[in-house]
Amino acid sequence: MNKIMYSGAEILLKSLQKEGVEEIFGYPGGVVLPLYDALYLQDDIKHYLVRHEQAAVHAAEGYARVSGKPGVAIVTSGPGACNTITGLANAYYDGTPLILITGQVNSKLIGGDAFQEADIVGITRSCCKHNYLVKDVKDLARVVKEAFYIATTGKRGPVVIDIPVDVFNAKYTFNYPKNIELVGYNPNYKGHPLQIQKALETLFESKRPVIISGGGVVASNASKELKEIATKLHIPVVHTLMGAGTYPDNLETSLGMMGMHGNYCANLTVANADVIFAIGTRFSDRITGCLNKFARDAQVIHVDIDPCSISKNVKASIPIVGDIKNVLTTMLSQLSKSHHKVNLELKDKWFNDILEWKKKVAIPQKMSDKLSAITVLEAIYEYTKKDEPIVSTEVGQHQMWTAQNFKFNQPRKLITSGGLGTMGFGFPAAMGACVASKKGYVLNIAGDGSIQMNIQELMTCVDYKFKVINCIINNGYLGMVRQWQEKIYNKHYSQTKISSPDFVKLAESYGALGIRVEKEEEIIPALKKAIEFNGPVLIDFICENFEMVYPWVLAGQPIDKVLLSRGEC
Amino acid sequence: MTINHTISVLVSNEVGVLSRIVDLFSGRGYNIESLTVAPALDSVYSRVTIVTPADNDVIEQICKQLNRLIPVIKVANLSIGEAIEYEIGLLKVYVSDENRAEFMNIVAQAEAMIMDVNDKTYTVKIDGDEKKVQTFAELVRPYGIKEFVRSGKVAITKGNQFSNIKTLVKQD
Ligand SMILES: Cc1ncc(C[n+]2csc(CCOP(=O)(O)OP(=O)(O)O)c2C)c(N)n1
Ligand SMILES: [Mg+2]
Repeated sequence: MNKIMYSGAEILLKSLQKEGVEEIFGYPGGVVLPLYDALYLQDDIKHYLVRHEQAAVHAAEGYARVSGKPGVAIVTSGPGACNTITGLANAYYDGTPLILITGQVNSKLIGGDAFQEADIVGITRSCCKHNYLVKDVKDLARVVKEAFYIATTGKRGPVVIDIPVDVFNAKYTFNYPKNIELVGYNPNYKGHPLQIQKALETLFESKRPVIISGGGVVASNASKELKEIATKLHIPVVHTLMGAGTYPDNLETSLGMMGMHGNYCANLTVANADVIFAIGTRFSDRITGCLNKFARDAQVIHVDIDPCSISKNVKASIPIVGDIKNVLTTMLSQLSKSHHKVNLELKDKWFNDILEWKKKVAIPQKMSDKLSAITVLEAIYEYTKKDEPIVSTEVGQHQMWTAQNFKFNQPRKLITSGGLGTMGFGFPAAMGACVASKKGYVLNIAGDGSIQMNIQELMTCVDYKFKVINCIINNGYLGMVRQWQEKIYNKHYSQTKISSPDFVKLAESYGALGIRVEKEEEIIPALKKAIEFNGPVLIDFICENFEMVYPWVLAGQPIDKVLLSRGEC
Repeated sequence: MTINHTISVLVSNEVGVLSRIVDLFSGRGYNIESLTVAPALDSVYSRVTIVTPADNDVIEQICKQLNRLIPVIKVANLSIGEAIEYEIGLLKVYVSDENRAEFMNIVAQAEAMIMDVNDKTYTVKIDGDEKKVQTFAELVRPYGIKEFVRSGKVAITKGNQFSNIKTLVKQD
């Protein structure tokens, strides 16, 4: 038995180390002083000081999405903790494993409205997977162990550990627990073999099958198995926004993104399928469009680790609860023993239909002499694709244009806010991605609105020489909202015209590189300069104000009612 | 079709577990008709019994969502199988002298029990299933109910079905 006494702060750091944590993001304050003192006295864990607590959580999320390991953030009580809510909600929605450590006022003062007190366990209850208030230093190591286990298993997500200042100071021995006893938490990994068999038979018999690959495939690292299944069974694959890169975009059977701004072809394939094999998707309304008309005549096979996702929106005919990699591996081994043969003739007919749909694409419209955002994004993609950079985005039109125009052949390359749609996510997430990937640069495709939500992080990037290249699609508007106003609200551009600072000067005042691009021929030189620069960059692409994102399925419409240009209604 | 379901939830008896359950209902727009909580035989666990109006799809989601909470150990929808349901109603009734005999007659018929009497009011206990409690309250309503307090429902499965606890220890 280890008899050396450690402070709660030391116990926390030792526990983090036991979990393999090497890098954390955070911001100090009164009640976490003991923790920051313990951090000061060690070299094993590197702390990155951000400029806003929201950014610490987004950075931890970017880190987690790229590395596959849980991200960790530390903040102080009250205001520090309250600033993390958006970050937590974002990670909860997109199933990203995170540990957030929040300081709390002295446990004896809790409930007495102490300075900087906030009931963070109460506040975060509905935006994290689980949370703890540690009142006794004896519980600390166990709680950390449980928190990591909960965050990284089942449907992954953020876990909050709230630690009062006296617990950081209290002394106790350190024995990191070996076992976890959580009677009420048993994520189901293995799908039911009979259900998997049934799914396989249904896929064999199908005439017009399609796979929808979602973010769960990323979480489960199941891209290889997905590719094998799709190839062996001759099934075309569409992906959701969160599933980008799970199935290589360069394969002919990849039909690209489906949903509100998905490809015509992807949406029509899903709408006309007789069997939909949905893997790791929640069937959000951005995917299904009008629910009553979605997959009305199709059989739905739905695999997900989270039982709640199954039959929540779309009724599954064959539900399979389990880890995707596990389920697909079982399916592949059943497949190898099966005497069924794929009916290639039937599949050919289906692929012919799909080829027809592939011909229909959005029609770009030249509106003025200003740069087209789509042209800019195509150029960025073509120029950077040899480097296969990690790409993060903010939220808005630029996000959808990125998803449409960048091709991803690997998962964990597109880091974007899916479920919550958080403006201000992309930039800090790109910092986390930098820390996780350690090499090359990270592109953050931003809007002029979104970038101003966490612009302060330029300083963090300068301090740590993070090579984040922010490509601002500066259209002078909160473009995505403006787009809806144009179509649905009689062009009443209520509060969506937005001004911006001189981004070049702003970048320079932070010590970053700022470049303005107004002409097509300036795009490549700007990118070249940005990539060569050893630090953060803001490129201000002055773009057309009124460009629209097409294809577009209006909210509440069936997914095959796809608008391809302004002229349609 | 929306009907009342009785859900029996076994939880670990820890701080905040009830808030987690109640927050889940309010956050997702589910209704709670009644709710009872008390420690289980082994006081590290508690039993929560919730009556909630829901259709089939919604009740399926409610049970899944409850299961998703970490301190929730077992969720059983008792309306699906046969269950014994029980609740208690306490009523304070104003009874005038001329109505006394008639009132006492109803109390006797319903097998209710007088718990307290003073010069103006009778405090009566009625127990049984929901319908019995409700019917009794309706019967005495004309006399003037001053206060009506219900326990909310508790329920248990019939026969030898039961909710057992499996302890699972995960190795490193
Ligand atoms: C934090 C937050 N606030 C508001 C919104 C609503 N919203 C969605 S897209 C958008 C416009 C984004 O503008 P910009 O960043 O300039 O991108 P653009 O659409 O112009 O490419 C807004 C306001 C949001 N998603 N997130
Ligand atoms: Mg904009």
